[in-house]
Amino acid sequence: MKGRIWGSRGSIASPGEDTKRYGGNTSCIELRPPDCDVVILDAGTGIRELGVRLVREGAQRMFLLLTHLHVDHLEGLGMFEPIWRKETELHIWGPSSPVASLEQRIATYFSPPLFPVHLSEVPATIEYHDASESEWQIDGARFSSNAIIHPGPTVGYRIESKGRVLAYLTDHEPALGANLATDPPDWISGFALAHRADLLIHDCQYTPQEYEDRPGFGHSTTEHVARFAEKAEVDRLVLFHHDPMHPDDQLDAMREDVVARWGVDDDRCISAAEGAEIVV
Amino acid sequence: MERTPQQHNLVLILARAFAAQLATAVFLLDPEGTIIYYNEAAERLTGRPFIEGAGSTADEWLSRTQPRDEEGIEVGVQDLPLGTTMLKQEPAYGIVTFRTADGEDRRVETATFPLFAHTEDFVGSFSVVWPIEEDRP
Repeated sequence: MKGRIWGSRGSIASPGEDTKRYGGNTSCIELRPPDCDVVILDAGTGIRELGVRLVREGAQRMFLLLTHLHVDHLEGLGMFEPIWRKETELHIWGPSSPVASLEQRIATYFSPPLFPVHLSEVPATIEYHDASESEWQIDGARFSSNAIIHPGPTVGYRIESKGRVLAYLTDHEPALGANLATDPPDWISGFALAHRADLLIHDCQYTPQEYEDRPGFGHSTTEHVARFAEKAEVDRLVLFHHDPMHPDDQLDAMREDVVARWGVDDDRCISAAEGAEIVV
Repeated sequence: MERTPQQHNLVLILARAFAAQLATAVFLLDPEGTIIYYNEAAERLTGRPFIEGAGSTADEWLSRTQPRDEEGIEVGVQDLPLGTTMLKQEPAYGIVTFRTADGEDRRVETATFPLFAHTEDFVGSFSVVWPIEEDRP
């Protein structure tokens, strides 16, 4: 499985001198499982540029996996060029809520006054699939999703292809009310999705000091992600959903902190950078 | 491909995390009535550490605690609030007397409610148990 990071920032797009190396676009990852059309993880602002590329390639069938519908994971959809072409077949997975379908929830953002056009006017063919807790197969890839701890309905994904596993758990606070070091694994949010993944892409928004004022915001610290990766016995880790207030140098320091806490070789952990290739 | 491990539903994970912070006794049961968690306050109330009660079915737990109604008559699972919740997936309330690990009888109020994940799956029962004032130490 190969892929590319188109946006790694959390909360709000944050372009600028201080964020040039890791990038300012919000969450979006392109994934190319063998024998499967393109899979896109989240529709943050990074999806705009990916859309341009997909149109140029002539891609017509694509799969978008939304972890949740907070704006930083959805705001790029309106500027995703393929949806403005009637030949596009887009399948969207994401969590419904107890009171609204996935389509209704997306339409809340994708309609006036927040967006000039209503979702129903989009020319592409869009099919919606509830990913609250499910497993499915597309061509040569197997997908599973499960609810994870974050305010509002939120899921993580596990994608398996040709014996390789990628887990994507951004916007995740498994340490909320739990002790990641001592609690049994089946009581830890996201554990089954991440278990022995070849590559885990995980939220790492805060330092432990910042977290002191932000428990319950739905994000993890360097300490949490190190404990979680260790518990789930993942091979490699990509730190994701960077805080918009963190400049590049601070992200370097946070990665070093995770490596030290996890106690692994330096090359097993990287910080997600826009434009970086992913190989699973 | 290696099979992924089983995992509790997120609603149960959050319920357990919530219960673990409470000073009130809470029992968490799966849909079949197996005790999957109880907190420190419940350990204190029953005199039984969780490690001893974990994995017990409701019937096994009842045989240890011998619950009785207000008239002192032994009751079965179906007559207890947790039985109502388990079988009918409805909230229930009741007063029962049970036997602690050290052989004392203790009267408690218990309120139990079903837990539904947002896909409307019944994932378990959350039972709050409160010692009746006159019996509290």
